[in-house]
Amino acid sequence: MSKTGYALEISNVHKVFNRGTINEKAALNGVDLNLNPGDFVTIIGGNGAGKSTTLNAIAGVWPTDEGRIIIDGTDITRLAEHKRAPYLGRVFQDPMTGTAATMDIEENLAIAYRRGQRRTLKWGISKPERELFREKLCVLGLGLEDRMTSKVGLLSGGQRQAITLLMASLKQPKLLLLDEHTAALDPKTAAKVLEISDQIISENHLTAMMVTHNMKDAIAHGNRLIMMHEGRVIYDVSGEEKKNLHVKDLLARFEEVSGGEFANDRMILA
Amino acid sequence: MEYFLSLNPMALLRAWPGSIAQGMIWGIMALGVYITFRLLDFADLTVDGSITTGAAVSVMLIRGGVSPILTLPIAFAAGMLAGLVTGLLNTSLGIPGILASILTQLSLYSVNLVIMGKANQPVSVDKYPLVVSLRYVTGGSTGSRILFFAGLALFLVVLVGILYWYFGTESGQAIRATGCNSSMARAQGINTDLVKVLALMISNGMVGMCGALYVQFQGSADVNMGRGAIVIGLAAVIIGEVLFGKFAAKQKLAFAFTQMAVIIGAVIYYMVYQFVLWLKMPSDYMKLFSAVVVALFLAVPYLKEKHLRKKGVVKA
Repeated sequence: MSKTGYALEISNVHKVFNRGTINEKAALNGVDLNLNPGDFVTIIGGNGAGKSTTLNAIAGVWPTDEGRIIIDGTDITRLAEHKRAPYLGRVFQDPMTGTAATMDIEENLAIAYRRGQRRTLKWGISKPERELFREKLCVLGLGLEDRMTSKVGLLSGGQRQAITLLMASLKQPKLLLLDEHTAALDPKTAAKVLEISDQIISENHLTAMMVTHNMKDAIAHGNRLIMMHEGRVIYDVSGEEKKNLHVKDLLARFEEVSGGEFANDRMILA
Repeated sequence: MEYFLSLNPMALLRAWPGSIAQGMIWGIMALGVYITFRLLDFADLTVDGSITTGAAVSVMLIRGGVSPILTLPIAFAAGMLAGLVTGLLNTSLGIPGILASILTQLSLYSVNLVIMGKANQPVSVDKYPLVVSLRYVTGGSTGSRILFFAGLALFLVVLVGILYWYFGTESGQAIRATGCNSSMARAQGINTDLVKVLALMISNGMVGMCGALYVQFQGSADVNMGRGAIVIGLAAVIIGEVLFGKFAAKQKLAFAFTQMAVIIGAVIYYMVYQFVLWLKMPSDYMKLFSAVVVALFLAVPYLKEKHLRKKGVVKA
């Protein structure tokens, strides 16, 4: 635990893509955000607001230009992506991204179970691990416990996201990053994956961030909600105040901060 | 008619055992290509150079009095160094994979010349106790020939076993995960750069060892012997997959069967090669022949899927 007691501290993080070209884009413009242990934050905002970019900055997909990122007291700002992995569980928008399609379900889980450990010449999966994985898969209620040696590539998008969620939490992360992880799924599957997400977060007492385009989901899930605009956090609400939010409140908030500009985004956001 | 009468089936039958042995030896190289091309998803052209490096190292050591069998692990190590260079060019210096491997391949041409001192170096089975030789296939008693093939096959089985074990370990899984989905691998804490270098080293180690065996088999090393080796390796991988891929995938030890399929692919390649030579195709055309074989086998699965998709059988 850090001196400040925060699970995550992001201060003044900046990121410009394609600097010096006509495609220059200031994606993050001084993001400040502190998460308490156990916070489950939903993140909303228009296209290009910097939601996914913030998650990628935390995950270290590329180096940031400025600012500091501290997880549970450890400054990870300069660490390479794979060195941050021990702190993070990640689920991506594209169900293909989180799993290795040509490998078995149990192999994917075994790789995740060794996150942050040295990969040695020991056999990649043990018998007790198989039992553990079987139990965990059972809890998902998708029947995957009987298909542990199936290739992940044979599974549906929803099943793959469920596996990725399990992989993200097998080794307790300091922070779980959910990057629009239900956006590519049909509504019914998306609801199921969200249910599994809630379950995994509460059972493991995880600190989590969830980017979503769906305002209802953003209100219904988590204990805190932030809105981003032009690479900054512009609205941060939690507790009772968040519980009493309605979609129309959020829309009003959007229009307020963006002038008329957000009217165009209404369609996407509603 | 006159042409067909001029073909002697017995000549083909006499030549085939040599082709089979050659295919088995090249199977080792094909396994190396399989590791980069299929497991790592990296088109590594280093092998054209590293196979000759293995051969050059082996020949010079044998001529210098080192036991031929001892040159195999040394050739393996030399191949690993070649793989290390390609890996570092790619991961540490950011040079695209194919180009990195071409740079290594080109530089190895000079390195190989330096090792050998001149473009060609013989190593005679009469003077040295070579591990393998065409002589063991064509000469000697039937018993000794069977013994030779059995020994070679056993060696391959052991090699396949070692690779099967390795790619089931945590370290081997990391290579497979990196090749399949590098985003996933990094998210799970795998240092994908390190893993790439490691896989390239193992692959080129195999290729170098193949070079050491092949040079003993044919009795001389030539600085140009590796030209087009990648194409032969790919041909073996693809022939093996097209003919036995589905069968191998269904087995319990699927990965071991797939590797066996690749080795058999190399054997088939050399049998067909011999067959085409026997049909009196001028040997000048053989590289063209190899390229056409690989292009065909690569194209068939693609065209098949395209055709099925047109008919609406396969979902887009």
